Amino acid sequence: MAIVAKSSKFGKYGRPTLAWIVGLLFFFPIFWMVLTSFKTDADAVKPEHLIWFTPTLENYLNMTENYDYWRFAKNSVITAVMATLFTLFVGIPAAYAMAFNPSRATKDVLMWMLSTKMLPAAAVLYPMTFLTKSVGLFDTKFLIVMVLSLINLPIVIWMLFTYFKEIPKDIIEAGKMDGVNTWGEIKEILIPLAWGGIASTALLCFIFCWNEAYWTVRLTTTDAATLSKLIEGNRAPEGLFFGRLSAVSAAAVGPIVVLGWFCQKQLVQGLTFGAVK
Amino acid sequence: MGRIVLKNVTKSFGNTQVIPPLDLTIEDGEFTVFVGPSGCGKSTLLRMIAGLEDLTSGYIEIDGDDATQVPPSERGLAMVFQSYALYPHMTVRKNIGFPLRMAKMDQSEIDKKVETAAKSLNLMDYLDRKPADLSGGQRQRVAIGRAIVREPAAFLFDEPLSNLDAALRVGMRLEIGELHERLQTTMIYVTHDQVEAMTMANKIVVLQAGVIEQVGSPLELYHKPRNKFVAGFIGSPKMNLIEGSEAAKHGAQTIGIRPEHIDVSTTDGMWEGKVGVAEHLGSDTFIHVHGVEGCDPMTVRAAGDMSVKNGETVFLTPQSQNIHKFDAEGLRIE
Ligand SMILES: Nc1ncnc2c1ncn2[C@@H]1O[C@H](COP(=O)(O)OP(=O)(O)OP(=O)(O)O)[C@@H](O)[C@H]1O
Ligand SMILES: [Mg+2]
Repeated sequence: MAIVAKSSKFGKYGRPTLAWIVGLLFFFPIFWMVLTSFKTDADAVKPEHLIWFTPTLENYLNMTENYDYWRFAKNSVITAVMATLFTLFVGIPAAYAMAFNPSRATKDVLMWMLSTKMLPAAAVLYPMTFLTKSVGLFDTKFLIVMVLSLINLPIVIWMLFTYFKEIPKDIIEAGKMDGVNTWGEIKEILIPLAWGGIASTALLCFIFCWNEAYWTVRLTTTDAATLSKLIEGNRAPEGLFFGRLSAVSAAAVGPIVVLGWFCQKQLVQGLTFGAVK
Repeated sequence: MGRIVLKNVTKSFGNTQVIPPLDLTIEDGEFTVFVGPSGCGKSTLLRMIAGLEDLTSGYIEIDGDDATQVPPSERGLAMVFQSYALYPHMTVRKNIGFPLRMAKMDQSEIDKKVETAAKSLNLMDYLDRKPADLSGGQRQRVAIGRAIVREPAAFLFDEPLSNLDAALRVGMRLEIGELHERLQTTMIYVTHDQVEAMTMANKIVVLQAGVIEQVGSPLELYHKPRNKFVAGFIGSPKMNLIEGSEAAKHGAQTIGIRPEHIDVSTTDGMWEGKVGVAEHLGSDTFIHVHGVEGCDPMTVRAAGDMSVKNGETVFLTPQSQNIHKFDAEGLRIE
């Protein structure tokens, strides 16, 4: 008789059940927020309307009026897109150099880049605030794009590096022999071959930029304020405006949830550094 | 034109020296084969000529110009890799035309050249396929096509046939040979297969641990190996090397005799031994004989219809004009 691995009962039933429980636990706050967003502000705090209530679209219809939603949304889109593009613009050549022309220092450089993610952001909050204010960059989109790019560069370079590593060196060398210069190698060979990986990386970077709150909240007031700032700035006193706040919050996370839903596969691949095929 | 000169070239990876100072000249139009055991530095040497590997010291001249610092893309050499290294995202047509497109040639001219190359390599039916949909032999031909369209100063091959099965290998060997006849372009070919080296080369460079042991035509190497290493490496099956009193009779430390230069008899001869394994190839029989002093087992090539049994006693007589003599340093004595 051939020896085969037995599938355990846990693997068959237990694991999916556990996954569902964890999934629902994470999803519940979002579900609750969306639910509340369809209640009037008055209904939102009444226990008898916890589940049963008359749904209304009022909160969404008045979003622009109440919160100037679209102005913040526009800033979020602009800063996240620009920061993602800039990050790739710097990250692709950097990862390319390390993947195909490694030196003895390459490993250390990679570790050093990752280590910058371990620096507590709060430690540089005051220097950042004073510095940006004194050079007049405070509350500019340029500053937010730079900050978002810099905080995401390490992870983006790491991801791209692991994707590029999978491209056989011979193919790049064949390109060199065929008369391609460095820029040509990147444009003609590297980008087309690593397209999937680059797209996953870009997507993840975009999501991180969109979700970023620490710096966008603290380094903006009005001109460059993103959706994070909008929500943070409108924390209502306990019980006040729960309905309309839920609606605008839902509208802030909505685009990213939808994007994430459609790109699940790429995201999982990105987050596992391409280990899942 | 493709005359390549290496002067005092060395290569170290970190602290390990892979190529000690080496000089070599490859004449225009020559088919040169680098051969040697695994890890001896053949690929490293080829890659240095290609420009894919920096020199630690020394310099390289291509057609009289110093090319040491010239990047690979500007050396005008074409390379065929063991792994084929085709661009997986491009069709065969795009792959072959790629170097021409990079040279900013007109599209109509590229199309013409790609068609000509594809015709000569029997690739016309596959032009619109991606490399993943081709067999190993077809991929290899695409890689060769990509090299020939450029009309390079020289072709560099790094074990291009070692991923192919035996029958295909023989076919491709002939095709590459014919290509050389037709183009008369310099070719440098790396292999560890001495049969490939013998059949294809005008000039063989035998390497061991980064050192050139001998340079010469296939027959020179066969008839006059400069030392014991070359003697043992060139020729199949390997030359028998005999030490001790038998060698002393010829005034040498070691004598060598090829399996095909030994006569076998069941009745009488110079040396006596017992048959170990006999390999019947049909055309020939290779007999491994035990018990000859100074060389155990000794390999002998006999006629295909020779029937000997395991344990049978045989007598061997070397053809005296074909005995190679080597001194204590392993160098040839004339
Ligand atoms: N990038 C590298 N770093 C360190 N050592 C290397 C590197 N490339 C090659 N070497 C070493 O250099 C020596 C020569 O390698 P090379 O690839 O030239 O051998 P080869 O003759 O082509 O062997 P094979 O027939 O197995 O392909 C080997 O000992 C190898 O370990
Ligand atoms: Mg090699």
